[in-house]
Amino acid sequence: MSTATRRPRDTEFASGKGEVLLQASDVLMQFGGLTAVKDVNMTVHEGEIVGLIGPNGAGKTTFFNCLTGLYKPTSGEVRLAGEQIPPKPRKVVKAGMARTFQNIRLFGNMTALENVMVGTYCRTTSGVLTTVLRGPKFHREEKETRAKAQELLDFVGLGHTTELLARNLPYGDQRRLEVARALATDPKVVLLDEPTAGMNPQETQQASDLIFRIRDTGRAVVVIEHDMRFIFNLCDRVLCLVRGEVLVEGSPEQVQSDPRVIEAYIGTGDDDDFDDDDVQEGPA
Amino acid sequence: MNIPKITISPRPNVGKALLAGGAVLLIVAALLAWSYDSTILGDLSISGNPAPLQEFAIVMGVVGLIEAALVHRRLTSLSWWDTTSSARALAVGTLVYIVLIDYNIAYQSGGVINLDPGAWLALVGALVMVAGSFLLAPVKVTNQLKVHGANWLEIVVITATLAALLFMVAFILRGDDGGSVLAALAAGGTFGVLLFRGGFFTWLSVAAARHRPVIMLGALVVALLFPLTQNGTDANMSIAVDIAIFLCAALGLNIVVGLAGLLDLGYIAFLGTGAYVGAMMSSAASATIGWHPPFLVVALLGALTSAVLGLIIGSPTLRLSGDYLAIVTLAFGEIFHTAVNNMDGTNGPDLTHGPNGIAGIPDLNLFGFNFGSTHNLGSFTISNYSNYYILLVLVAALIITIFSRLNNSRIGRGWIAIREDERAAEAMGVNIFGLKILAFAGGAFLAGLAGTIQAHATPSVVPDNYTFQESSFLLAAVVLGGMGTVVGVALGATVLKLLPEKLRFIEDYRLLIFGLALVLMMRFRPEGLIASRRRQLEFHDEDENLADIVQEEHVDEQKANA
Repeated sequence: MSTATRRPRDTEFASGKGEVLLQASDVLMQFGGLTAVKDVNMTVHEGEIVGLIGPNGAGKTTFFNCLTGLYKPTSGEVRLAGEQIPPKPRKVVKAGMARTFQNIRLFGNMTALENVMVGTYCRTTSGVLTTVLRGPKFHREEKETRAKAQELLDFVGLGHTTELLARNLPYGDQRRLEVARALATDPKVVLLDEPTAGMNPQETQQASDLIFRIRDTGRAVVVIEHDMRFIFNLCDRVLCLVRGEVLVEGSPEQVQSDPRVIEAYIGTGDDDDFDDDDVQEGPA
Repeated sequence: MNIPKITISPRPNVGKALLAGGAVLLIVAALLAWSYDSTILGDLSISGNPAPLQEFAIVMGVVGLIEAALVHRRLTSLSWWDTTSSARALAVGTLVYIVLIDYNIAYQSGGVINLDPGAWLALVGALVMVAGSFLLAPVKVTNQLKVHGANWLEIVVITATLAALLFMVAFILRGDDGGSVLAALAAGGTFGVLLFRGGFFTWLSVAAARHRPVIMLGALVVALLFPLTQNGTDANMSIAVDIAIFLCAALGLNIVVGLAGLLDLGYIAFLGTGAYVGAMMSSAASATIGWHPPFLVVALLGALTSAVLGLIIGSPTLRLSGDYLAIVTLAFGEIFHTAVNNMDGTNGPDLTHGPNGIAGIPDLNLFGFNFGSTHNLGSFTISNYSNYYILLVLVAALIITIFSRLNNSRIGRGWIAIREDERAAEAMGVNIFGLKILAFAGGAFLAGLAGTIQAHATPSVVPDNYTFQESSFLLAAVVLGGMGTVVGVALGATVLKLLPEKLRFIEDYRLLIFGLALVLMMRFRPEGLIASRRRQLEFHDEDENLADIVQEEHVDEQKANA
């Protein structure tokens, strides 16, 4: 596992320089009388890491579900690489957007490798006839799938767990396996729903490192997190969602110093996250 | 299958002596007469000339002696063999076997008084063996998965196991009264449990994976050789044909239930569709369609009709969650039964002749090979039913190939992912609906194919062959045997079809017995008799220990295959 700590944001994919990959415009999601997400706009560029923060129930996961086609927004639209996203989750995946879940949803009784191989489903095409007749295409594709899955396991640092059952993996490894599975779908945009929930500081550090490396492959990453130290260190841009609306959007520095954010989300009294010199890149 | 745990302080030396002594008694007893009456259970009345059932007792005795010799475990090459557990299984099985036989003799000849000394001696021998085996000390065995013999030796052992299986099945079928069949079943069960407790099957499972082509080919050859054990008679072959049709349908259902995890309660209707298409397009006098293409065309049409029906039923319902599908398929089964019962010309078009069905369907004729006549193969005679049996075995082999190839592929992984977590699978880009409809229509296709053969193999096609009860038996075969495994379903189908045929006295109670068996299975072994590892894990979500064991086996297997 590489142990890179913080990574500068001025790489070749610095914020705003790449093309727009994901654009959500005026997304409104209502369940009956309840408005869970209200007129949210979000633009994500190639090679950018965007953070989504907000108190519990602010509508972050609901917004994710709108992005990935799990919910159909009441109004507004979501464009992925210029195209409106298709109405079904699996088609959204095929169009190039993959996600992980807040509560880990791995296929527990499959091995780590098989889990990642499932992720390649939408990028492979062996049909019934090819499978039953076991033609050359089947063997080629199976071999490629296997190699790609192994490569991704290595990428997230789980190369040694190939043949282990997902349900037997430690918690942190399960989180990383979910990321590997999402990457197997070959996404342009990766949505991570609380990727460090329940992790210890060391695992959190590894998670940041992993997200930087995903960013460095040219993908865009959108992260929901509650861990402020993690998110301000990681993201190029942060959106703070409160009661379904974007309260503040801006650089981590802008967002973390905004009094409204402190009031709405972090509350008062506990200043740990803000006084830690390790976290801050510049003056708050 | 579980031998009760009895806590007695072990006395290995006494146990060994008792086990050996009991085994000797058993062998001696087998050489004596067990009954005055020569008509009971074959002929057990002649001293010095053991009948087949007595020969089994001798074999049990000899195995008992071998176990006794192995008790001190000096043979390092057999350190994986669990002598104590297997000896207990042997002793208890032998006791059951002898008690069954003695009970039968006593029952048929009118009292315990009519048991000859041999029968008593055998009982004593078996009891002594049981006592001895429970005095043996528990042993620590080495991991059977890591046993790796010479290649030729492994192949020989696998072949011998298959041959023994063939012999055992032929022997069980030879019995013509309930008592003999039950006794033969007890003997077969004893040897099976003996090998299971000893750890042989654990080894066999990985060894079979190492020599996959050998075991596949071997099993096919054994299945094809079976008619030769019947001396050209049709009595058992007609049962075997029934079982083979039932097995083909169960294997098709296994794709739907075992792989895709869809509950289909009306599956027999797809078999019926194939059978009716086969019958209506046959050259029978009562066939209702004027066009009589060659059988291969009919078979394809029957299978396609079934698949189309599957598509029609599946496409609206497969979008919903599990229970709805069960209800709709249940209804579909009933609709099929009612429809074929009524398409008799008065209530609707005359397609099926209603309750009378389509009778007098001629035998198949494929490429000039007439399935209705007997053929000679050297000195062996292949009878009418044997022809169908062989064809059905080949169809079953085809279905098994399709099953296992689909299972070990991208499609199979998709099915597992759906069973594990449907929403997560969809969020990972798996085409849930497509995969479900593939399993559903594919299963229907295979059942339809088997149905077209059934139309010719059975004298007539009538609606009452395709009732809900048959669907539930098919499902029971899959669930009892083990969802998602080929061997398990083959076992389940065979047991479910064979027992009522051979043990006529349970005929009236078979629903009760299978119902009870299902309830007990669901409570104690929900993954079925022969479980697929994955299914076992799914049914025991909380069992960390099992997960570790399975994982270890999997890693070992990967290493062995590498």
